[in-house]
Amino acid sequence: MLEIRFHGRGGQGTVVASKVLAFAVAREGRFVQTFPEYGVERRGAPVVAFTRIDDQKIYIRSKIYEPDHLLVLDPTLIGAIDVTEGLKPGGWIIINSDKPAKDFPQFAGFKVATVDATSIAVKHRLGSAAAPIVNSAIMGAFAKITGFVGIEAVREAVHELSPVKKDENVEAAQEAYDTAEVPKEQS
Amino acid sequence: MQKVMMGNHALSWGAKLSRAEVIAAYPITPQTEVVELLSNMCADGSLKAEFIKVESEHSAMAASMGAAAAGARTFTATSSQGLALMHEVLHWATGARLPIVMGNINRAMAPPWTIWTEQTDSIAQRDTGWIQIYTSSIQEIMDSVIQAYKVAEQVYLPVMVVLDSFVLSHTNENCDIPDQDKVDAYLPRFENAYRLNTDKPAAFGGLTGPDWYYELRYKIEKDTERSLDLFEETGKEFGEMFGREYGLVETYKLDDADTVLVASASIASTARPAIDQLREEGHKVGLVRIRVFRPFPSELLRKLLAGRKKVLVIDRNISFGMSGAFYAETKAALYNEKKAPPMWGYIAGLGGRDVPLNVIRDMIEQTIAEEHPEGDIVWIGVKR
Amino acid sequence: MSEEIKWESQSDMPLMAMSLGRMTVNKTGSWRNLRPVLDKEKCIKCGICWKFCPDVSISIDEEDYPVVNLDFCKGCGICATECPKDAIEMVKEE
Repeated sequence: MLEIRFHGRGGQGTVVASKVLAFAVAREGRFVQTFPEYGVERRGAPVVAFTRIDDQKIYIRSKIYEPDHLLVLDPTLIGAIDVTEGLKPGGWIIINSDKPAKDFPQFAGFKVATVDATSIAVKHRLGSAAAPIVNSAIMGAFAKITGFVGIEAVREAVHELSPVKKDENVEAAQEAYDTAEVPKEQS
Repeated sequence: MQKVMMGNHALSWGAKLSRAEVIAAYPITPQTEVVELLSNMCADGSLKAEFIKVESEHSAMAASMGAAAAGARTFTATSSQGLALMHEVLHWATGARLPIVMGNINRAMAPPWTIWTEQTDSIAQRDTGWIQIYTSSIQEIMDSVIQAYKVAEQVYLPVMVVLDSFVLSHTNENCDIPDQDKVDAYLPRFENAYRLNTDKPAAFGGLTGPDWYYELRYKIEKDTERSLDLFEETGKEFGEMFGREYGLVETYKLDDADTVLVASASIASTARPAIDQLREEGHKVGLVRIRVFRPFPSELLRKLLAGRKKVLVIDRNISFGMSGAFYAETKAALYNEKKAPPMWGYIAGLGGRDVPLNVIRDMIEQTIAEEHPEGDIVWIGVKR
Repeated sequence: MSEEIKWESQSDMPLMAMSLGRMTVNKTGSWRNLRPVLDKEKCIKCGICWKFCPDVSISIDEEDYPVVNLDFCKGCGICATECPKDAIEMVKEE
């Protein structure tokens, strides 16, 4: 079973990002379970969401305390909260950032990859320039970097889950997929 | 059709597949999405139902009763404070023998304000005569609504389909939406023999003296008891048609178990991998998940639990001054058994406190380690 | 039609209290100890008594006079109280 935790801020599409992964994986015939950290969500407040993926029915229904991998939709959360809490050694940390992975030395022992999802979201006019919705882009990059899910399934899931600008969201996911660099030292 | 959906939408889909004709509901966190999707379905015509907007949960149930009395298949949903506000009319729905199906999202009662899960809201309604199904997966929520109508309409009693706030209501997972044709075959159109009928006018629920009220209560009890068999029969039939079988309880690794965990809802789901771990470590542990709480499956539990070495019950609810409800009732069911096992009653997860796998393991291991239970309540994880 | 639903035993009783068919079987006239009597000389055919009768026991005849159905009239006297011309008198039942 794969357990993935998402960190973002209210309004960035963190919960939808976790659903995109779940919907995409389900399209590939696997079992999924996804849920937000249940709180009173407000724009800007830290938001956490979880996705479980397995080849068989998932019975465990608690929060994820020791995730295999992380997605960080907002780099300003790093330092503000302990995003790596419980993260298993060697797990992926995929960060929405315009900086290269080597600029995050504090994450030694984990596999770090970055994608400038904010620029891609702004380019495709997703959300506003001040508050871009980065979920579609980061999920495209996630598919490329981890290989856990195919881009075709991600495109379909993004299309299904985007309430507006469906095509623009799909294009953002595809662009992030096409441009994301898989870190060389980590296969 | 395969779809990933949240527990709340599974309730809406259950009502849609059952061809509910009238929906009267008032939104409340964490139930809101149930009503949202149903009103969308009514608006876009995919569900041919009358959607009645009301100003409170008391009115939602009152309107549901009117619709059901007129012979319509009726659905509503609520949670917590909303369910409490319905209390008076819940009794009426039972006494008037109206086969309404209602979703209830288990949310803890205020104060303090909370939106997280706990079963005390629905447990507090256990004496209203509503049948109660406690679900443990998104698929089961949808399937249970369909089965609920099938049972309700045979015994003329209302049924509550219960699910955990957030842990089920807002969790998305794989779900198989059955074909409408097959659901129609399983759940045909309902002809209410006692409906309001201008060709056969009658007065309903009028003043009834001690000479006959008692007999009417006897009839409710007999039909409630009859629903025990109906749940097994209709659950088996559901399995034959849709490949997913349901009963009064669900058992897991029970056959040779000497220590048995009794639990319900989402805790009983997380319990399965906990039991897998303990089995690998050599402990003979099994699970009984109570799915139907009203009527309480006493006879079946006697069969499953008598003669075991130890039984522990986990309750995500509390009847203050007594214990958890599932514990109290399981113990009561076995009281007259010669081989009644000692029983531990754990309280866990109130107000939405997470109950992870290791906490369930702790409770089972404590039970295995102790000679005999001390007292009626073992609190798990209370902060110092 | 005044069909009354009756049962002899618990087993043939309906599931819920459906004690009566139409309320017309419930002849409440037997409760009465005062009877309304109309003075046609004073009556102006305004229909106020008809409107106020809580048991719908007053009907209007072809000449627009009120007629009391004594099968159902309980003798409450509301018609006499409300009549603007004091045309209704409550008389003791013998």
